[in-house]
Amino acid sequence: MNKIVEKVSLNPTVTKMVIQAPLIAKKAQPGQFIIVRPLEDSERIPLTIAGYDRQAGTVTIIYQIVGGTTMELDTLNAGDSVHDFVGPLGVASHTEGLKKVCVVGGGVGCAIALPIAQKLHEQGCEVHSVVGFRNKDLLILEDEFKACSDVLKIMTDDGSYGEKGVVTAALEALIQEGNQYDEVITIGPLIMMKFVCQTTKKYGIKTIVSMNPIMIDGTGMCGGCRLTVGGETKFACVDGPDFDGHLVDFDEAMKRGSMYKEFETHRRDEHCNLMKQEVK
Amino acid sequence: MPNFNMDPHKCPMPSQDPNVRNKNFEEVALGYTAEMAVNEAKRCIQCKNKPCQSGCPVGIDIPAFIHQVAEGNFEEAYQVIARDSSLPAVCGRVCPQENQCEGKCTRGIKGESVGIGRLERFVADWHRENTCEVPPRPQPNGHKVAIIGAGPSGLTAAGDLAKKGYDVTVYEALHVAGGVLMYGIPQFRLPKEIVQKEIDGLKDLGVKIETNMVIGKVLTVDELMGEMGYEGVYIASGAGLPNFMGIPGESLKGVYSANEYLTRVNLMKAYRSDSKTPIMHSHAVAVVGGGNVAMDAARCAKRLGAETVYIVYRRSMKELPARLEEVEHAQEEGIIFKTLCNPVEVLGDENGMVRGMRCVEMELGEPDASGRRRPIVKEGSDFVLEVDTMIMSIGTSPNPLIRSTTPGLETNRHGCIVTNGEDGLTSREGVYAGGDAVTGAATVILAMGAGKAAAKAMDEYIQNKNK
Repeated sequence: MNKIVEKVSLNPTVTKMVIQAPLIAKKAQPGQFIIVRPLEDSERIPLTIAGYDRQAGTVTIIYQIVGGTTMELDTLNAGDSVHDFVGPLGVASHTEGLKKVCVVGGGVGCAIALPIAQKLHEQGCEVHSVVGFRNKDLLILEDEFKACSDVLKIMTDDGSYGEKGVVTAALEALIQEGNQYDEVITIGPLIMMKFVCQTTKKYGIKTIVSMNPIMIDGTGMCGGCRLTVGGETKFACVDGPDFDGHLVDFDEAMKRGSMYKEFETHRRDEHCNLMKQEVK
Repeated sequence: MPNFNMDPHKCPMPSQDPNVRNKNFEEVALGYTAEMAVNEAKRCIQCKNKPCQSGCPVGIDIPAFIHQVAEGNFEEAYQVIARDSSLPAVCGRVCPQENQCEGKCTRGIKGESVGIGRLERFVADWHRENTCEVPPRPQPNGHKVAIIGAGPSGLTAAGDLAKKGYDVTVYEALHVAGGVLMYGIPQFRLPKEIVQKEIDGLKDLGVKIETNMVIGKVLTVDELMGEMGYEGVYIASGAGLPNFMGIPGESLKGVYSANEYLTRVNLMKAYRSDSKTPIMHSHAVAVVGGGNVAMDAARCAKRLGAETVYIVYRRSMKELPARLEEVEHAQEEGIIFKTLCNPVEVLGDENGMVRGMRCVEMELGEPDASGRRRPIVKEGSDFVLEVDTMIMSIGTSPNPLIRSTTPGLETNRHGCIVTNGEDGLTSREGVYAGGDAVTGAATVILAMGAGKAAAKAMDEYIQNKNK
């Protein structure tokens, strides 16, 4: 059982939780993830680590309510405990030796991109950040990105904040302005990462993506998180979650990600109805 | 001469009817009654040289416990078994007895061997149901050891070391202890309540179990041996990484590793309607492989409502590596064995779902290195097996998390930890290893045997060091 120290709503569907986990906080690195099981009978879900405080012994997660388990997680409040909290899992993002990087985040993926941007910034790397959201209401972590970015571009689909357009447009503009990046690191929806990779491929810029497929154990046991990278089968939990984006088979990953969509939608609706009843 | 029962046949095991049980997850075998147990025990002729005991990886004094059963002294029988085995209710259910104790039974030369496994199960169940005495905690000896992995091997080592007075902590990656006994072997073959009881028994001995601890990530072996002050570590992290065939289409939706399928069903209880873990409700399932895990996956798929379930195996019925009883149970439950058959491609539909499996027929050639006849493809024998789910059960490899974070720990090209053989000492002083992490995927009882040997060696090492 791990205690929730703090819970903050970042936007209507995205929440930040700070969780007491001293051993994990001691080892966590940007790019790694944890497995959380909110309640005793919940599923195990992976969430990438959004921050950690080694002194305070806490790990921060930021999640979007998308299915039954994130909904259960969201029923817990500061002072409550999550039933299981496992990590830090996966391989940490490689940041050594990078001098100039563009970090591209989409939606809740920005929460995972942030600690990487922060780490790069701390080690003296020039950080350009492009973050995209559907609209102004969904914008998160603006101040945090500002603090660690030499250049920050905020994009919204509807133009309600920042510039109107997709992240790839801003990225391509930065590249065309003559910015020479050692690497582009992108985290967000699969479709976004796929297009970021298509953009950078034209310019031959190495691109790292952070994959977040369906997992059960997160330790290499189930093989459910497998993806095809450069024609080889890789397990996101032990080989990743970071991969060379130009080698990832995104179309396959998108199909695999939809395997239980119907089940999840049904479960979420069921859950919502239950919650409605309780409110009455 | 005592009053032996010279019936050439074992007393049959009462079981659920195949057509009832293939629709539920209740235990298949119901267990002997006391009367059946006594009768069966009387079939043991108490050989002086005890061939059965030599066939037992943990060396249980089988004639002695059976003698007690024959006399109706069930608790005494339990005490005989408990000297050598920490998990008798488990072993009585899942050991491949026909290749071990029962395979060496003198009665098996003319007729059927004594039902040693069934008797072990009876005794363990009798003890669980009739004895509530908690054994006294051993006197602490002041030494600390850590065990990595709460599967059969780790739990056995933990039990043996705790009995010697060690302060034992078991680190487990999952949220429950038990390893394959919990996530792998299904409820109908090994009820989880029984596994839990055996684990509770270890806790009564003073064993501490820390779940949600992935060693290699949250803590390393060096930290355990260094700042945390453990004098010995036993690595029993198993062989968890599932193998795939490397054929086209393995990433289609509807292709599972047996580990994933069984974990969803057993650990996450996907067979229950109130489970929050989804599983595909398939119509036609092909399980690729012929081991016990393949049988478990096939029988689970049948119970989840699949109309047709195939075992697809590239050799013949004779070479199936699964326990005979599992094969027979699977056949009774309506699993179809497509032997001498090998998949070459998984076929998908426009939504990325499995729609079939292209297979080739095989024939057996000369024996290969493993001593089994090598399967050879029959030219032009391609055909399509129409299935909507495919479960890959072709073995597992050791997890890389420990070997990649423990400097100086020697492993072989398969990723298995190298040990000195009998006692499980690795290339690192004070670090022992056993079970599937050393052998690659094998059986519960072999893993237990390794745990037992390592516990003995660790005790000797620590006692000598402190002399």
